[in-house]
This record gives sequence, C-alpha cells and structure tokens, in this order.
Amino acid sequence: MKKMINHAEQVVEEMLQGVVLAHPQYVKRVEGFNVLVRANSPVAGKVGLVSGGGSGHEPSHAGYVGKGMLDGAVAGAVFTSPTPDQVYEAVRAVDGGKGVLLVIKNYTGDVMNFEMAAEMAEAEGIQVAKVVVNDDVAVENSTWTTGRRGIAGTVFVHKIAGAKAETGASLAEVQQVAEKVIANVRSMGMALSPCVVPAAGKPSFTLAENEVEIGMGIHGEPGTHRETIRSADETTAHLVEKILNDLPLSAGDEVAVMVNGLGGTPPMELYIINRKVTELLGEKEIVIAKTFVGNYMTSLEMAGFSVTVLKLDAELKALLLAPADTPAWVQY
Amino acid sequence: MANVIRAIEALADVIIANKEKLTELDAAIGDADHGINMARGFEAVKAKLKTAQPDDIGAVLKLVGMTLISTVGGASGPLYGTAFLRAAAIAQGKTTVDGPMAGQMLAAAITGIKERGKAVQGEKTMLDALEPAYNAFQYGLSMNKTMAECLELAVNAAQDGVEYTKTIIATKGRASYLGERSLGHQDAGATSSYLILAALTQLAKKQSQAGEP
Repeated sequence: MKKMINHAEQVVEEMLQGVVLAHPQYVKRVEGFNVLVRANSPVAGKVGLVSGGGSGHEPSHAGYVGKGMLDGAVAGAVFTSPTPDQVYEAVRAVDGGKGVLLVIKNYTGDVMNFEMAAEMAEAEGIQVAKVVVNDDVAVENSTWTTGRRGIAGTVFVHKIAGAKAETGASLAEVQQVAEKVIANVRSMGMALSPCVVPAAGKPSFTLAENEVEIGMGIHGEPGTHRETIRSADETTAHLVEKILNDLPLSAGDEVAVMVNGLGGTPPMELYIINRKVTELLGEKEIVIAKTFVGNYMTSLEMAGFSVTVLKLDAELKALLLAPADTPAWVQY
Repeated sequence: MANVIRAIEALADVIIANKEKLTELDAAIGDADHGINMARGFEAVKAKLKTAQPDDIGAVLKLVGMTLISTVGGASGPLYGTAFLRAAAIAQGKTTVDGPMAGQMLAAAITGIKERGKAVQGEKTMLDALEPAYNAFQYGLSMNKTMAECLELAVNAAQDGVEYTKTIIATKGRASYLGERSLGHQDAGATSSYLILAALTQLAKKQSQAGEP
C-alpha cells in the first residue's frame, strides 16, 4: 500500500486539521471532537443541518459545511459511522433555537449512531428530526435487506434542504423538502479498482485486470455483480437504465444530473460518461436543468463513478439553483 | 471483582489479537472494518480499566458499554455497547456472579442487541452465535453444571452458530446488500461474539482448575 499519510490511526485527525487550516472562513472545529461546524455557528433563527458518516468520502461531508448547505459535519473513522457522542456535540454546536435536521445515509451503523445521538439531544431539550437517504438502486429495497444505501444523492439532499433552511423555514418544512429529494433521487455506481482503508493496509476486495464491479457501494462493499469491462458508453447506459427503471420519467420532465467520481477516476473519464448520460436523457426528451461533474462523494482512491438523477419540481429546482458558499460547492 | 476485571481484559485481548481476522471476514461481505473498530474500542476499555476504580460489576460493565459506544462506531459500537449496558443493569450493586445471574446478564444483553439492531436470529448477525449460546448456557444450568461447564456448552453452541452463518443469506447489515453472494461466508459479528464467549470460557476453566469459584 502506498499512501501519502503519516500514521494510519491519525488520518482523520490530521485531515480535519488540514480542512480547518484551508477553510477558516467556512469552518471551525468543535474542540475535542471530530466535528466541523460553520465558522459562525450556531446561526440564530435557522434550522441547523448536520450530516456525517465514515471518513474517506471527501469532500463529503465537511466540504459542504457553509452558507446554503450544512451547518455541521461529523467525521467517523474511515468508512465507520461516527459515534453518538460526536453527533450529539455537532447538534449542540449548530442548534440556533429552531431545531436540527440530521441527514443520515442508510447504513445500519449510521442509522443506529445518529438515532442514539438524537435521543441524547432530545433529552437535552433540542428539537431533532432526521431523514435517511437511500438513493442507490443497485440494492434491492425489500424486507430482506437493510434497504438501499445512501450514496452521492445525499449531496443533493444537503444542497436542497440547506437552501430551504436558509429561507428561515421550520424544522418540519426542511425535513419535508429533504424527504421530497429522497423520494425523487436515484443513483448507481460501479468500480474499476478497489480502495485501501489506511488502517487495514490492503484492498478490501480485488478485481482482475479486465474485471469491474457493477453496483459498487462507496465503502468497497461488493455490488450486484462483476463483469468484464465494457466501454464507457455501454457501462453508462447500463447504470442509467437501472436508474430510470426505478425513477420513471416522461418527456418534458426536468432533472438534475450528477456524475460523481469515486476518487481514482480522472475528470476526463467523468466527462466522457456525462456525454453519454446527457445523450440518453435527451433521447427521452428529459430536460437537464443542471449537471454536476466531479468528485462529490468519493471512496478513498477507488476508481469508478456513480450517476445520480434527481427529478425536479419548481420548488426543488429553485432550491437547487439557490446560492451556496461552502469549501466544495460554490454557486451564485 | 478482580475476576470480572480480569475477564474483561481477557476478552479485550482476544478481540485485539483477532483484529485482522475479523477485518478479513468483514472485507468478504461487509466493509472491512469490524476488527479495526472492535480492537480500537477494547484498547480504550483496557486503558480505562487501568485508572477507573468501579465499585461493583455493574459499574465495570457500564464503563465497558459506554466506552464501546463512544469509541467503536459502525453498528458494532451501539450493539455491543447496548449489550454491556443491559448486562450492567442486572449486575448493579453485585460483586460476584453466579450461574443464574450470568444467564440473566446474557439474556439482557441479547434483548438489548435485538432492540437496537431490530434483528432476530437467522439474519446472519451476532445473534446467530449469541442466541444458541444462551440456550446452551441455560440448559447447562438446568443440569446443575458449573459455570465453567455451562460456558463450555455455550461457546460450543456459539461456534456452531458461526458455522451456521455460512449457510444463510444475510438480511441485516451491509452483507444484506449481497443477497445470495453472502452465502458461504461466516459473519464477522457472530465471530466476534463467539470470540468473547471463548475468552470468558477459557478464563472460567483456568479459574475452576485453580480452585477459584
């Protein structure tokens, strides 16, 4: 394993220090915790938004802390949900008196830890609501699984619920719009090569030279199946088909698209993928209101990508296009 | 009391020694962090036990539970943390453990795990080791066996439970995403539960051979 780190057990701590040093105008550290909050937290009269999860998905989630998006991000160990005491500190630090919304990706550990934190905060008299993002169509949503995973679509929840909170909306209203995003967002990913968790020191899975994993999650957890690598166009078409099977769209519908890199795939390839996504949606006369191409929700150095499609209505579109000013998402 | 602290240290050492094995099991069908997280948690437990001076077994187990909740993360932190907190509630004010009380503690821990994880036996989780272990332990008690003998029965049942997880499809946790591809792999959580019981059994056997209760 080659990694540009100092100590495997210090990666999260040293990363957080680096983030604060890079973006002091946006974020500050909650002393003693792996929690970054807006530099001006708590913002009075505004619902606070807290997200987080295991580290290794940068710029998620700390990169989205700032005006128009999150108020706080909690960083767990690599690919491991943060503990309840950490989430609780984030809630306390951002509560401006209007309550706090927790945006949770649907993983067993994340849901349990965030729920325990919500119980702790409620016991202290802080109003807490939560939403669980489950946009990954690679996973069957049935009583036989934990349910769909939360992946890159989570960033759209941050953006839109964040913009809603900025308008002075109530906790219930912010929660409602977050739920609307979750109901209308679908993603699917694939991987060409694995990632290495620093503390493990070796890849959590292996792929043959000509093999890819379709439906790969963002923690190196296996996907739906493996296949021999196909072209960008063919692979993209497969993912888009799976997404549209689950999110029926008709001619004239408006969407936002995110082509997300998992960390080890160059922008060149992401743009090649986006070309095909746009072509496929265009064939169906689906209108793309805005496209995002880049590394939004990564999986360390994994090579691969995910495609996210969010069906928009007037409210979601306006909130998506509203200004945001965070380390990883600046929009006027 | 010293016995209980020694038991916690023994199970912490076993988890730490099996850090890589547990991580590898998790890598096959999960996200490759179970051993790393559990080892981090039990290192913290050992550190705390060096300085803390708990008054009774309940206080020891509460310290273990709270430490695991705040250091392990993932699903294992809340699950094992809740298990130890529930066992702690049974052991509050007690300085010795007998067989029936150990059975009650195990039952409370299992109930806690079920409630926190919204899981039942047969879903390829730690419950597949713990539930048979509890049943075997209770059977041992009903046959008037010693604590060490009951634990031996329990750990054998847990081991069978771990083997059983290879034959079933996961419906809880990250492995559930794999569907049939989770077949053939043993569950990492069931394995860590087995290891904890195995450590306790080892210690109980040594103590009974040494003439300790």
